[in-house]
Amino acid sequence: MDWSAISERFANVRAGGTDLQKRLRSLRRRLTLLLAVVGPGLITSNVDNDAGGISTYTQAGAHYGYALLWSLIPMTIALYVTEEMCARMGVITGKGLSDLIREEFGFRPTFFVMVTGFLVDLANVVAEFAGVAAGMEIFHVSKYIAVPVAAIIVWVLVLKGTYRQVEVIFFAACGFYVTYIISAVLAKPDWLLAARATVIPDIHFNSAYLLMLTGLIGTTIAPWQFFYLQAGYVEKKVGPRDYPKARADVLVGSISCMVIVFFIIVCTAATLYVTGQRDITEAKDAARALIPLAGRWAGYLFAFGLLNASLFAASILPLSTAHVICEGLGFEAGIDHKFKDAKIFYWLYTILIVVGAGVVLLPNAPLWKILIFSQVGNGVWLPVVVIFILLLVNRRDLMGDYVNTVTFNVIAWITAIFMIGLTLFLSYASIFPSPPASP
Amino acid sequence: MELYATELMGSKAYDTQGHFVGRVREFFIEPADQPNRVSHYLLARGHFPPLVARYDQVASVSVGDIRLNVSERALALFEPNESWLAVQKDLLDQQIIDTSGRKVVRVNDVDLVEQRTNGNTELRLTQVDVGLPGAIRRLLQGVVSPGLIRRLQANLPQSTIRWEFVNLVEPDPLRRVKLRITHEKLEDLHPADLAAIMEDLSAAERQGIIASLDEETAGAVLAELDERLTTQIVEKLDPGKAADILEEMAPDAAADVLADLPKQTFDDVLEEMPGQEAREVRELLEYDPSTAGGMMNPDFAFVGERTTREEVLQWMRGQDLNLDQLDTVVLLDSAAQFAGTVTVSRLLLAEPDQSVSELKMEPLLNLEPDADDDEVFELFDKYNLRTLTVIDEHKHPIGVITVDDVVSRLVKRR
Repeated sequence: MDWSAISERFANVRAGGTDLQKRLRSLRRRLTLLLAVVGPGLITSNVDNDAGGISTYTQAGAHYGYALLWSLIPMTIALYVTEEMCARMGVITGKGLSDLIREEFGFRPTFFVMVTGFLVDLANVVAEFAGVAAGMEIFHVSKYIAVPVAAIIVWVLVLKGTYRQVEVIFFAACGFYVTYIISAVLAKPDWLLAARATVIPDIHFNSAYLLMLTGLIGTTIAPWQFFYLQAGYVEKKVGPRDYPKARADVLVGSISCMVIVFFIIVCTAATLYVTGQRDITEAKDAARALIPLAGRWAGYLFAFGLLNASLFAASILPLSTAHVICEGLGFEAGIDHKFKDAKIFYWLYTILIVVGAGVVLLPNAPLWKILIFSQVGNGVWLPVVVIFILLLVNRRDLMGDYVNTVTFNVIAWITAIFMIGLTLFLSYASIFPSPPASP
Repeated sequence: MELYATELMGSKAYDTQGHFVGRVREFFIEPADQPNRVSHYLLARGHFPPLVARYDQVASVSVGDIRLNVSERALALFEPNESWLAVQKDLLDQQIIDTSGRKVVRVNDVDLVEQRTNGNTELRLTQVDVGLPGAIRRLLQGVVSPGLIRRLQANLPQSTIRWEFVNLVEPDPLRRVKLRITHEKLEDLHPADLAAIMEDLSAAERQGIIASLDEETAGAVLAELDERLTTQIVEKLDPGKAADILEEMAPDAAADVLADLPKQTFDDVLEEMPGQEAREVRELLEYDPSTAGGMMNPDFAFVGERTTREEVLQWMRGQDLNLDQLDTVVLLDSAAQFAGTVTVSRLLLAEPDQSVSELKMEPLLNLEPDADDDEVFELFDKYNLRTLTVIDEHKHPIGVITVDDVVSRLVKRR
């Protein structure tokens, strides 16, 4: 037999697909490529709207109506600018933020950033489980059932799921924020007034107003999110060629986060503020108060949104924290390791959940104090992290041509200094509270 | 006694007259000369230009106190040297590859041991500390006394890597040569382990490793790496080098690597590949990865169905076949159409003059290239297959799917 003649014949008869098939395939391929990049930006920004965040937005709407809506646009810019730097660092260096801090600043600074991070995040986790308890209360479920069940769900979800499954669940959680849009529509707000308030600033110079404004910004830009965001792109192995997609992911995330904040404030402004129930301090009270004003569904959806946000953040925070700490200190980390190879990682993760959920179940838990501690902690930790980020992102030996441009640096430093000032103010005001002034 | 780099950092050095010369701020190793000896000590004193003491100028070393055997005037001024490995700058807090544990770890501290030779003391690097004792030392050094630190760490679990098993990652090729960093030890690892290690490193470090591996190993590693990473790596390689590596790979694996490259790079790389292989890769890329065509390997062994076992073995010995995937031989009839398959194990046990058609597997199984992956999985599961032949519309075999293709596709879909 003549083998070479046979191979020759093979070469001639191999067939490809038709044109239409090819086009469908290329579409599917492009979609897969896009999904391989997006995620971290969208998820991180949405987790910002966690239990603490929703409480703050509720208060903002209830106390000041539409008056604070103008702050959303500058906040979107600040959120985008800070997150984008981390996304860029992750994509260009291929290293997490804690890795870079360790390599460039040494062991001790890393250790203190990690210890502070652990304590602040623990307080945040407590706040998330408190959010779960509050959300379920609207549905008449005791916190002694809701919180342990939530803790187990979170623990199992992350340890037993693969990265991709977990991400799909997180995407779904992002989708559930739509409930706030529906709640807002059901509340029949004055859209024209809301739109005007969004573009025309209405600034008052009294301390209660400024405190509210600071709280709004403080809960939206939390320091731990930078670590999570950067690690997300590193984990997804996004390279420089896909950087524009990562940037778009961050942009869409920042905007969608703020859209949700907009609807929460509009919803509570249209109901609680208008009817004079302005002393509402918690999201669950808002949900309860919504029922007679905008109907049962508006209230339930509001409570469901709170539950979703709290669970979502409670899943991400402990995981991200354990990851960041282990990575920075050089211990094995990640859910793809077995327990015996990454003991410290799994113990940290478990402690965060057990303590976080446990504190909420204590009969006389000082939840209010823990909430304040978490906000003050975020405030103290944030400037440190942002300064580390700015120092790293301007290093040409790390970032090459991707260092910040002058314009970007100016915006970033202004954002950083402004955030530092505001969070210091918030911390000060939380520690030495002044009697609330009437709006 | 065991000494630690962290502990010795900041020790005061005195010359023969007992004059204070400076504090130790860095240890250098000259790998080109001796791979584990501390060759130079950086001595800094305030804002005076720092000095260096060579290993043969050091009489004794203990924590906090270093004695030289020369006077201060004999010491040279420090000048940065690219071929010196700096313990603090290049090792501490950096990632290294532990070739015995096959993973990437971060250095907390470096363990040293003193070796006395005529009149001077040399420090030898024995192991790097990647565990808790090193971390505690880094944290508490200078805050509490070294004695207390030693007592604290005594009960902690040790986690160290012997210096021989440490493989440094240095992305800069020039510096890599000067530091004599080779990746021979990495070439001995299983490609899958090496791929896992590379996934833990940064892009520049991965590029550095691929560049210094031989083409065969580089190809084997690329075949095991995550596709997103292979694209990034190949994109940055010189097209000629990329083509050389891809030639070493099975065509289906090479096609996977090439699939996501930008058009220009794709063409440049294919240009550099020999015609036959470039054509195979191009054809494979016509198929969707989720179909039988996208999973198959066009390099497979085939013989005429009327040959005997002995003839087949003779022919196979003369061919350059991929032994890892050689489970089955495809049989062809006189019209070059698919006539069945014979497993290698049956060939092994058959009589020399037995015709291969007597040995073939029943029933005759095959698939068209656009059959989707679920069909492939079902056949493999139902008939406990290790290979499956893909045929075109004229019944000519065009490729073979092996069980490892099935496993990786299943893992990817999970």
